[in-house]
Amino acid sequence: MENWTITSFEPWAGLTGGILIGAAVVLLLLTLGRIAGISGISAGAMTKAGFEKHWRLAFLAGIIISALIYIVLMDGFPVQTQLGSGWMAIAGLLVGFGTRLGSGCTSGHGVAGIARLSPRSIVATLIFFGAAVITTNVIRHL
Amino acid sequence: MKVLASSLFCGLIFGLGLIIAGMSNPARVLNFLDWSANWDATLAFVMGGAIAIAGPGIYWVRKRHRPLFTDKFDIPSSTKIDKKLIGGAAIFGIGWGIGGFCPGPGVVALATLQPDVVLFVVAMLVGMLAQHWLKSKTSATDG
Repeated sequence: MENWTITSFEPWAGLTGGILIGAAVVLLLLTLGRIAGISGISAGAMTKAGFEKHWRLAFLAGIIISALIYIVLMDGFPVQTQLGSGWMAIAGLLVGFGTRLGSGCTSGHGVAGIARLSPRSIVATLIFFGAAVITTNVIRHL
Repeated sequence: MKVLASSLFCGLIFGLGLIIAGMSNPARVLNFLDWSANWDATLAFVMGGAIAIAGPGIYWVRKRHRPLFTDKFDIPSSTKIDKKLIGGAAIFGIGWGIGGFCPGPGVVALATLQPDVVLFVVAMLVGMLAQHWLKSKTSATDG
């Protein structure tokens, strides 16, 4: 398979989006005292109760609303999956299980953890980036 | 109410950031992970921008005694680098490299209701619950 979707390098859009993500992390810590890690927020929204469940559901609702704003008020945004349904299901299971076993994902470890210089997060981020690069290159080039 | 509104607002800003950066598109993420002729370096700028803001921002916030709307900060304090951290990160990385979705972009893209995205998010939630169930089972046997 060589028909992978080509995307253009957009450093300014990336930087702008990154600044917003960083600002959301800081604002959640300032107001609620919590780390914005989406894997922990998603899992806790299902497994916790009371206030611990509710603030997580509110955060997830905010994410969904941001997407709906784009879909309703603008032209939407591209979501181009590159492999079939079976692969996406396997990917989901691995992402869900792995992020909980490793206590974090790209946001909790990769952004917030690195930003506060947590040794655990730096190690986790190096490992999940390394594993992801190897996996994608094996799928596409071997 | 203040707390929930603030959390929702943070999620909204977070989601907009992901969409503007194009991280809601797995094609773009995978083109960062795939070091071939069509390499797309955008993701590095997203991470760089986010950390550049969160680094000084978190440092500044933690000088406070408490957050604005709750009683105390709830920040992971463990420094233990164990098999769970390493194994979990590796499993997550493999899944990320297959689909091009990590949890945040998965939730953002869910709003498009594309069947393969819905499938990914449902599978992700199942994976999370499976880990939660296994953990409670093993800790019950341990204790």
